[in-house]
Amino acid sequence: MTAAGPVTAMSLPERAKRAAKVAAKYADAVDREGRFPSEALDAMKAERLMGVMIKAELGGEGASLSEVADVCVTLGQACGSSAMVYAMHQIQIASLNDYAVGSAWYEEFLGRVCDEQLLIGSATSEAGGIGGNLRNSICAVDVVGDVVRLEKDATVISYGEASDAIMVTSRRNADAAPSDQVSTVFVKGQYTLEKTTDWDTLGMRGTCSEGFIFRAEGAKEQILPRPFAEIAAQSMLAVSHLLWSALWYGIAYDAFARGQSFVKAAARKNPGQTPPGALRVAEAANLLQQVKGNVVSGLKQFEAAKGNPDALNAMSFAVAMNNIKIGTSQTILTVINHCMLICGIAGYKNDTPYSLGRHLRDAHSAQLMISNDRVLGNTSTMLLVNKPDPSLVG
Amino acid sequence: MHDVVRQLLAKHGSLPVSVDEIANNADLYDAGLSSFASVQLMLALEEHFDVEFPEHLLNRKSFSSIDAIAAAVSEIADDQAA
Ligand SMILES: Cc1cc2nc3c(=O)[nH]c(=O)nc-3n(C[C@H](O)[C@H](O)[C@H](O)COP(=O)(O)OP(=O)(O)OC[C@H]3O[C@@H](n4cnc5c(N)ncnc54)[C@H](O)[C@@H]3O)c2cc1C
Repeated sequence: MTAAGPVTAMSLPERAKRAAKVAAKYADAVDREGRFPSEALDAMKAERLMGVMIKAELGGEGASLSEVADVCVTLGQACGSSAMVYAMHQIQIASLNDYAVGSAWYEEFLGRVCDEQLLIGSATSEAGGIGGNLRNSICAVDVVGDVVRLEKDATVISYGEASDAIMVTSRRNADAAPSDQVSTVFVKGQYTLEKTTDWDTLGMRGTCSEGFIFRAEGAKEQILPRPFAEIAAQSMLAVSHLLWSALWYGIAYDAFARGQSFVKAAARKNPGQTPPGALRVAEAANLLQQVKGNVVSGLKQFEAAKGNPDALNAMSFAVAMNNIKIGTSQTILTVINHCMLICGIAGYKNDTPYSLGRHLRDAHSAQLMISNDRVLGNTSTMLLVNKPDPSLVG
Repeated sequence: MHDVVRQLLAKHGSLPVSVDEIANNADLYDAGLSSFASVQLMLALEEHFDVEFPEHLLNRKSFSSIDAIAAAVSEIADDQAA
């Protein structure tokens, strides 16, 4: 559809690195001021990274989830908030790619995402006791004729103000059970956002995940044709855990790189002596490799199951994806903590090349983004009947 | 078979509606069956029929309707009796 600009002639990792360079430059300011990483997002758009996972017929590049996860790793090393914004956008794209097939409205919309490099936000969390339980909604879409209306008390919508469109979960209608949900994308101009809460947080400050009363009116065909239950089970949960884990790995990797260069600088100063932090670097590298292995094996499992509803619906698949989220979110904190011990006060201070405060604070969000206790609770239910597969080749 | 499934669904399904209102082929997830409740139901079925659900039936589809559950249980009963 679009004539490929010269930028898309470059490889995706190359383009990701160029955007990451910009993200890294503003990462500390974004963190300090708790503001949206607009420079980084402009750079991602200039590198045409927003629509890469959309199929070529609609103007995208048909990139795989693994390729997009790799972009998240690159961005995560530069700026956790920028990487999180990018990852969350791609989670929505993954759902739309597979669960809006055949919808004229969505084909046109995905074409626009590529052409105009639109940014899509998400509103699953809801006030009134729903919290992070994304498989339940209180609000309901109201369809009258060809028009759909929706009002949602959304507790957290990352980059809500900066989004060009927002994907919102709700009940199918006013009489539906809380878990009988649909998902609808509304584009800017079709909705208003009345801010209810600020986002002054420990970390991930640039995601600007404020709360809003979301009020929208659109066309009925914007309600995704497939039930949200199916989208969540087969795409959204797995893709979220994988892309989040990829960027968390990126954050931990950058902390590790700082620890490693701290030790290297010490080794240079005292040739012949192994600096005290060297052992901890080895330990951190070991943990980092576990994180990487976790993410890589998860991506492999996802790519193998993709397009096969039976495989995606299997309990063993859900258990595996949950484990990736738990393992990654916990281990990165240990990695960064090792790096803090390596760098000492230089890591603790905010103004040195070895500063680790932002990494540590950003990484702390990982266990809360869909609470690990909630995820573990869900896994423990499945493990009442599911037996993990011991095979290394299966 | 359907009657037993209905009985156990009523007891363990934690559904917001009465089981009598649900057709055999109706989508149970749409009717409000949570994944937690589906596992409870699975355990109850295992206990009642003295069977164990094999890995390939541990998915949403096996529990998507009363018909699907009855079919899954029959399949296991046949397999495990053989
Ligand atoms: C950086 C960031 C960006 C986000 N962006 C978005 C966004 O764009 N859109 C969006 O919709 N949401 C977003 N969220 C929200 C997120 O996905 C979760 O909904 C939210 O973090 C959960 O909030 P909560 O801890 O208050 O709620 P809950 O999930 O209700 O958990 C509250 C606490 O209760 C306990 N708990 C609750 N339920 C259980 C259970 N079943 N088992 C065990 N323990 C339980 C846990 O200990 C948990 O800490 C974002 C969150 C973060 C950190």
